[in-house]
Amino acid sequence: MIEVEGLTKYYGSLAAIVDVSFRVERGEIVGFLGPNGAGKSTTIKILTCYMPPSSGTARINGFDCLEDSINVRRQIGYLPENVPLYKEMTVKRFLEFVASAKQIDRSRVKGEIGRVMEICAIEDVSGRIIGNLSKGYRQRVGLAQALLGNPPVIILDEPTIGLDPTQIIEIRNLIKSLGKDHTILMSSHILPEVAQTCNRVVIINKGKVVATDSPENLTRQLQKKAQITVGFEKSINISDLKGILGGLPGIIDIMPADGDGMRWYIETDQERDLRADVAKALVEGGMRLVELKTVDMTLEEVFMHLVTEEDYSAPSEVV
Amino acid sequence: MRGFWAVYAKELYSFWASPILYVVLFVFFLLSGYFFYSAVAYYNLLSFQATQNPFVAQELNAVSIVVRPFLLDISIVLLLLSPLLTMRLFAEEKKTGTIELLLTYPITEVGLVCAKLCAVVTVLLILLAGTLPYMVLLGYLTKLSVGVVISGYLGVILMGTAFLALGLFTSTVTQNQIIAATLSFGALLGFWIISWMKSITPSTIGKVCEYLSLTYHFDPFSKGLIDTRHITYYFVFILFFLFLTIRRIDVERWRG
Repeated sequence: MIEVEGLTKYYGSLAAIVDVSFRVERGEIVGFLGPNGAGKSTTIKILTCYMPPSSGTARINGFDCLEDSINVRRQIGYLPENVPLYKEMTVKRFLEFVASAKQIDRSRVKGEIGRVMEICAIEDVSGRIIGNLSKGYRQRVGLAQALLGNPPVIILDEPTIGLDPTQIIEIRNLIKSLGKDHTILMSSHILPEVAQTCNRVVIINKGKVVATDSPENLTRQLQKKAQITVGFEKSINISDLKGILGGLPGIIDIMPADGDGMRWYIETDQERDLRADVAKALVEGGMRLVELKTVDMTLEEVFMHLVTEEDYSAPSEVV
Repeated sequence: MRGFWAVYAKELYSFWASPILYVVLFVFFLLSGYFFYSAVAYYNLLSFQATQNPFVAQELNAVSIVVRPFLLDISIVLLLLSPLLTMRLFAEEKKTGTIELLLTYPITEVGLVCAKLCAVVTVLLILLAGTLPYMVLLGYLTKLSVGVVISGYLGVILMGTAFLALGLFTSTVTQNQIIAATLSFGALLGFWIISWMKSITPSTIGKVCEYLSLTYHFDPFSKGLIDTRHITYYFVFILFFLFLTIRRIDVERWRG
């Protein structure tokens, strides 16, 4: 659906993105992840035909973004960063303008506007002037204009920026539900968001793609050690713990998780699951165990790993 | 021209929703009313003199004493006001970022630019339509050559559209509306007074400068002469600035 090959863009002599390549298949929700200034918006602006690339090609649904720009633009719904809208218009008037700009059949306009207003839950503000709406509503109006005309590809540039936590969850759920009928590419620098919403992540840093994979795979492949957290009713000291667990094979290290000695991290071999053995040993050793769980490396840590480590050579599908 | 009607309707709506249009309408009608009044008052004075002096009576002509000065006066008002009408067309879209929406909808740049110009020309036509009652009134009171009036208005429309095309271009240069208006006003005034060069350097340069002048080509229209040479001048002027506008949008795209 979206094919990006060797995309490079220079602003003057400054390279914003260098040789970026990735693919998004039909029906996927792909998160485009990177710190601020990594080149996310630049890539998105090229994909939406807002600016041409310095070199490389971007194709959407088989149409080239440079050669066949009008056809590409008919395939996409785009929500730019900061959600620019015509603030003097009412929501309804604005959507009518978008419908005619997208050349939606006159007979279908009313139904389409009703449909997107329902999806984005903005029916009750349809008569209000956009400039007077709250940020959350504006975001939804922005999303509604992207969905208008039911384009197969939806491209969202930081769709949850500046929203409050409830609104963020609403928008995320909305995006997830859209994933059934649309191919979605969304950029973000918020990691849990991408982990929760997307099937696949493209991580970009300093203008280069550093990894593409599913959030789970990325986490798994970068995780060298497994970690178990244990919690006790009372504070205990490290020598007691080491005495009890020392005999178990596969334990690498034991570290305190907090200052009062009630919670501990146990680093174990990645290959085997030691939870049952650890629990058994602790209980038999007379410890009052109240908590035990494995800790996954969060996407956040993966991300930090990828964007801070220079010579990164994990087995993930690194481009 | 894909997307023309969508953008045209949006622009008219924006004018209707913005206070600038109403201020421009108010000032324009106030000034044009005064100009018409003063021209008619002068005509009145002359016709009193004509009752005593047959030489003055020969010269007495509503077109040359009322219509022509009136049209020249309102074209000066338009020179002052048209930068205010055009300044927001692109500058505001750039400032608020809505240009990114426009350029990612399936709209061609030609359609976009033409729609914006046509919308602001529609406003010009509304302004001029507001002065037509004066002509009707004048025609009722005295003998008026309709042909000359039509030709004069055609000249104002062409020159006004030229003003607006130039203003449309300067609006793409910056995000700041005041800068856009200032540049457009300066350039228009430059094209207005460039003909003065003729009296300073009576050589070819002087002639070229006179030819470039916006007023030089307006004069024949106000006398009732519709000449394709002058129509061509305005068309070339308008197309040139439309071309520059489109090029400018392209350049901004490449720069990012």
